[in-house]
Amino acid sequence: METYKADVVIVGGGGAGLRAAIAVAESDPALRIALVSKVYPMRSHTVAAEGGSAGVKQATDSLEYHFNDTVHGGDWLCEQDVVEYFVAHCTEELTQLEHWGCPWSRTPDGHVNVRAFGGMKIERTWFAADKTGFHMLHTLFQTSIKYPSIKRFDEHFCVDLVVEDGRVQGVVAIEIASGELTLVEARSVVIATGGAGRVFRENTNGGVVTGDGMALAYRHGVPLRDMEFVQYHPTCMPGTGLLFTEACRGEGGFLVNKDGYRYLQDYGLGPAEPTPRNKAMELGPRDRLSQAFWYEQQKGRTIEGLHGSVVHLDLRHLGEAKLRERLPQIYELAEQFMGVDPAHAPIPVRPAVHYTMGGILVDGRCAAPLAGLYAAGECSSVGIHGANRLGSNSLSELLVFGKVAGVEAARFAKSVAPGNSASLLKQAQAVEQRVLGLKTKTGGSERIATLRKEMAQTMEDGCGIYRLAKTMQQTCDKLDELKARFRNVNLEDKSSVWNTEWLLAIELEYQLDVAQAMAYSAINRRESRGAHQRLDGFEARDDVNFLQHSQAHYVAGGPPRIDYGPVKITKSQPGTRAYGAAGEKAEQEERKASNV
Amino acid sequence: MSEKQKIIEIEVLRYHPEKDKEPHKQVFEVPFTDDMSVLQGVQYIKDYLDGSLSFRWSCRMAICGSCGMMINGEPSLSCQTFLRDYYPARVRVEALSHFPIERDLVINMEGFIEKLESIQPYIIPRETRTLAQGEYLQTPEQLDAYEQFSSCINCLLCYAACPQFGLNSNFIGPAATALLHRYNVDSRDGGKSQRMELINSEEGVFNCTAVGYCSEVCPKHVDPANAVNQNKTNSAADYFLRFLTPKGGAK
Repeated sequence: METYKADVVIVGGGGAGLRAAIAVAESDPALRIALVSKVYPMRSHTVAAEGGSAGVKQATDSLEYHFNDTVHGGDWLCEQDVVEYFVAHCTEELTQLEHWGCPWSRTPDGHVNVRAFGGMKIERTWFAADKTGFHMLHTLFQTSIKYPSIKRFDEHFCVDLVVEDGRVQGVVAIEIASGELTLVEARSVVIATGGAGRVFRENTNGGVVTGDGMALAYRHGVPLRDMEFVQYHPTCMPGTGLLFTEACRGEGGFLVNKDGYRYLQDYGLGPAEPTPRNKAMELGPRDRLSQAFWYEQQKGRTIEGLHGSVVHLDLRHLGEAKLRERLPQIYELAEQFMGVDPAHAPIPVRPAVHYTMGGILVDGRCAAPLAGLYAAGECSSVGIHGANRLGSNSLSELLVFGKVAGVEAARFAKSVAPGNSASLLKQAQAVEQRVLGLKTKTGGSERIATLRKEMAQTMEDGCGIYRLAKTMQQTCDKLDELKARFRNVNLEDKSSVWNTEWLLAIELEYQLDVAQAMAYSAINRRESRGAHQRLDGFEARDDVNFLQHSQAHYVAGGPPRIDYGPVKITKSQPGTRAYGAAGEKAEQEERKASNV
Repeated sequence: MSEKQKIIEIEVLRYHPEKDKEPHKQVFEVPFTDDMSVLQGVQYIKDYLDGSLSFRWSCRMAICGSCGMMINGEPSLSCQTFLRDYYPARVRVEALSHFPIERDLVINMEGFIEKLESIQPYIIPRETRTLAQGEYLQTPEQLDAYEQFSSCINCLLCYAACPQFGLNSNFIGPAATALLHRYNVDSRDGGKSQRMELINSEEGVFNCTAVGYCSEVCPKHVDPANAVNQNKTNSAADYFLRFLTPKGGAK
């Protein structure tokens, strides 16, 4: 087996991983950085983010507003000290990206422009048309090329962490082109592998979004925090789940039911004005909008389509010129994939799984409770999203906490001695035997695709927009069954070069672990908060018992153990989460009360 | 959906270096609906008919650039090419032309990555600015000058379309030239003279014979042919300028 000696290894080459790599390189050019990614970095799923990235920009805005929007939006399950750090660093990081060449959309006088986004009081979402993630990712990737200390391992699939003497000391990865395994030794490891939305059937995510890093950390004893909180994005393409950005509504789009009625006004989000005001109607938060869709469906006010019920995203009144300028990708997606010209017809949409709020437990400096291990981005739970993420906070998160993770991992790497290469190699060889064994074993009868589809279906059935104990229990049982059946899996492909069936099997195993963490965390949370909504006697938020983070602990051979940890509250006491006119009234009262 | 299940034939060019001396075709019968992409057809094959078929894909929405293939001989993104447009005829799927095949529909793209790295694809600041000073000002017109060339998703369809790249794989080619141009014409950048050395080299823009097929197949309207031709002009001007200015080359 080949060994490569690095100082810091970063797993995942999306926005967070690239930002971390640059941060390590800038903090000390002598540190050897290994950037391990299962795809070429510009293929990573950051590429598909559309609407924009939040950072206070206007004189009418403030860090306090961004903080409040984020904490209220997260239904008070946020780490408030971490949110304070986050909002204070977004704009600086977005400006850094501007200096690196990101083609932000501009105002006529040449400043970076901002747009409205759901749940945000003031327009503060920086955007590059409707391809913000694409431009951020390519800017970061291309900028990373400047730094000779970043050695990329493109198309290398990480199969395990190497832990010795109580600290992580490297990773083992498959070179996809050859099927050979490599040990990358390092004194610290950053996981930046993204979310796990592909464990659900209908989702906006790319095929790569399989929770790899979450499962790796979890199996080594690091808890996955708040995994029950999975975001349904309200406006997605029926069938494929492809995303129509929230910026459609930020630019003034409407959501209407089968009667052409802007139904969100019936769900505490009104009044319905011709231009949606911030934090009202179509600019409400994603959890509330997806929940409203569910009720419209129950009332029979949705439209039946080939791939289930839909409502209409109506952009016609914005006119073709504005759509082509601000939402060019959306325009093409609707035209090419659905045969709909959004300037002349509404787009049929329905909610689909979009984002994993929870993830690898880390503190505000991105450190996991395993020495030397750091995590950033969607795979992590640094604590800024709580029970529901606001749109455009996740791209900023990549930058702010990608940098923190890089700086901290660099600092840690310099503080410890290199490991014992011989014993690390011995561990890596054991990993190699196990991973090769999955490929070469014979006699199984289960097909990967069948297990994957059953998993995705049961997650949708039990852990969807609204949840019941009975169906969640069925999902937990089904996942236990699938894990047992996985042991009987059969691979048709026993070869070495580009054996993607083998990689899919390893990914499925990651997904089953992450899905279990989600389902068991969900059934144990006996309240409704943010994206976790129950209809079986636990419809209300319960701050007495559940103003706590769930933590799923891996248990070999069995279901996870769930326990709870405290939520850090600094300046925002849990209150009523209200939007629209009710939200404005609540805010006025809050202000009055604090002036007394 | 009571109508009879439609079946389309997908012919795939298979190649496995551990087994095959040369590529060969294999035909699969795939049930499909009118909204299914060619990528979904190929995924069906892998999931249910032959788990050993290898191809790259991820986003499914024409932005990650992974799933380029030759579809009936044309370089295409398989996620935004639809089976209904070929039915009832058979559709033929092959690895992108002009690249070495690693396996089945997977090409070796290391050569492209080296080109991308060689053109210094990052801002070399015209003037330094601290973060505290805020963003560089850039008008919408200045953004327009390069925005189109920044939209390249590195899908490599243009290389599969380029006859010159087919003859000489060292030719820098359409996408890398478009990216080089993107940085050269960015109002924040001052690195053009450094980058022009590559353009003027043997493998630079003069290899292009102005066929223009690269721009035709580009799924993102980047128009790399336009970038190549603007750089021919720049390069020619540069050639004469080097006799006139002390450091040589365009500013």
